[in-house]
Amino acid sequence: MRFSSKATTLLILIAVIAIAPVFFPSSYYFRVGSLIFVNGLAVTGLVVLIGYAGQISLGHAGFAGIGAYACALAPVHLGLHPALAAVFGAALSATIAFLVGRPILRLKGYYLAVASLGFGILVSMVLSNEARLTGGPDGMAVPELGLRGVLRTVGVDLSNTEFWYAFSGLVLVLGAWLALNLYHSPTGRALRALHGSEIAARTVGVDVAHYKLVAFVLSAVYASVSGSLLALQNKFITPDVAGFMHSIEMVTMTVLGGAGSVLGAILGAVILTTLPQVLTIFQEYEQLMLGLVMMLVMIFMRQGLLPSIARSVRGRGE
Amino acid sequence: MSLLQIEGLGIDFGGLRAVHDVGFSLKPGEIVSVIGPNGAGKTTLFNMISGVYAPGRGRVVLEGEDVTRMPPHLLARRGLSRTFQNLQIFQSMSVLENAIAGHHLHERGSVFADLFSLPASRRRSKASEESARVLLERVGLGRAAEQEAGSLSYGALKRLEIARALALKPRVLLLDEPAAGCNAVETEEIDHLIAKVAAEGVSILLVEHDMKMVMRISNHIVVLDHGEKIAEGEPAAIARNPRVIEAYLGAQATEVQNADG
Repeated sequence: MRFSSKATTLLILIAVIAIAPVFFPSSYYFRVGSLIFVNGLAVTGLVVLIGYAGQISLGHAGFAGIGAYACALAPVHLGLHPALAAVFGAALSATIAFLVGRPILRLKGYYLAVASLGFGILVSMVLSNEARLTGGPDGMAVPELGLRGVLRTVGVDLSNTEFWYAFSGLVLVLGAWLALNLYHSPTGRALRALHGSEIAARTVGVDVAHYKLVAFVLSAVYASVSGSLLALQNKFITPDVAGFMHSIEMVTMTVLGGAGSVLGAILGAVILTTLPQVLTIFQEYEQLMLGLVMMLVMIFMRQGLLPSIARSVRGRGE
Repeated sequence: MSLLQIEGLGIDFGGLRAVHDVGFSLKPGEIVSVIGPNGAGKTTLFNMISGVYAPGRGRVVLEGEDVTRMPPHLLARRGLSRTFQNLQIFQSMSVLENAIAGHHLHERGSVFADLFSLPASRRRSKASEESARVLLERVGLGRAAEQEAGSLSYGALKRLEIARALALKPRVLLLDEPAAGCNAVETEEIDHLIAKVAAEGVSILLVEHDMKMVMRISNHIVVLDHGEKIAEGEPAAIARNPRVIEAYLGAQATEVQNADG
């Protein structure tokens, strides 16, 4: 697809992130923006897993939970700087994804969905029940990242919401760049090949089990970093970050926007993060409207919002 | 010495003997065709040789190494590639990308290099793209390179599968009905292509229903009926073999003789 070429996608993403603040009437919008970027990052990881490799996971919030709690716990118990704690969380998530992924990625379709779901529930149970370590369902405080103070010493004075808007936006652009690089690389082709036809991928030499695991581990790292960013900007974390609803949210954003395209999936994150705020005008019908929008998109735009729109625009141009 | 040797290969599906005690061998550059009526077990035989099914009995020996029950991706590393009777195209990829994907074993490297698009990764991608374009030209799809694979005709997709399989630079190539759905001109093109690939030393195992094509290009023919080998030999001998005529050729026999004449 010419439309989703790497440079175009990155340019659109950077332009929107940089220009949007001009239209922000209050600091609340910076806050919503940075939430979108945090979700967008997790969703970009799922594009690699769902969109490229064609595998499903309903437990990726588990990795977000690991990333989030790494930032809360590692500074206190291991004396790590919060930034290093996020890296530590990502490494831990990658290791766990590697160990969990090996057995469950042998499963296909809804079997894989249920097994991954089990993993997510397991993580959130541990976080809720190990109250002495994690504070249980009440959650726990997360130390300050400290980067804003460093920026101030070099003359860049940002408010807290502005800083997190810029910082999460930067991480999202980096994450999108990596995922887009992957798409047109030998690894990306192997992933998309096994998505298209596992048997044909095998016959051209693709070690299918290995590459499914690569996609699973990569997407786990994205989810973990997303969880870390959420914890660090909220300075507080509860086990909800690893909860079932968060996993479902991630997958819904990815599929709604268009699992095959990084930009599409990020659009999904934009819509599903902002729509609940917009739909508050419907008051008690908010959830109802949200569900309705999701159903209509999937019925009429099976490939997700962005790919479907792109296709119809191209179709008209020809 | 034979490149690929099949010995007493057999498999049962729920008590039904799908293939039983089939053996033959391929020399380098030889074209061997497997023929037989529908349901004779040709594709099942292909699936066992290419590692898709695990055979219940017998051995597959590739260049002196026992590769029975080896998974397809490891057989690919040993130079065995195939195409499919029911197409197995990477639908969401362009024609070019399908052909590039066939280069997997030549272009794979570290995931890290691919993520950061390091020069090594870009170099590997570029090399396989150049090779893929040459292969597409070779199968007559050079102009369709940028199209979505799903938009090609059935016959063109058959040729795309051949290009993808050739990308592996195989020693042995299994072609499952490469000319099915192709018109006379396309069939002839595939015919030439197969002969040329074989002339380069690649052994070809062919399942094909177009008897004119089989008789024209095969060095050796193996005939299956009800999962068992009922005859094998040179095309001319097979065309005259009474068991073969009875089991399979029947009405087509006259057609074949006309083609010979």
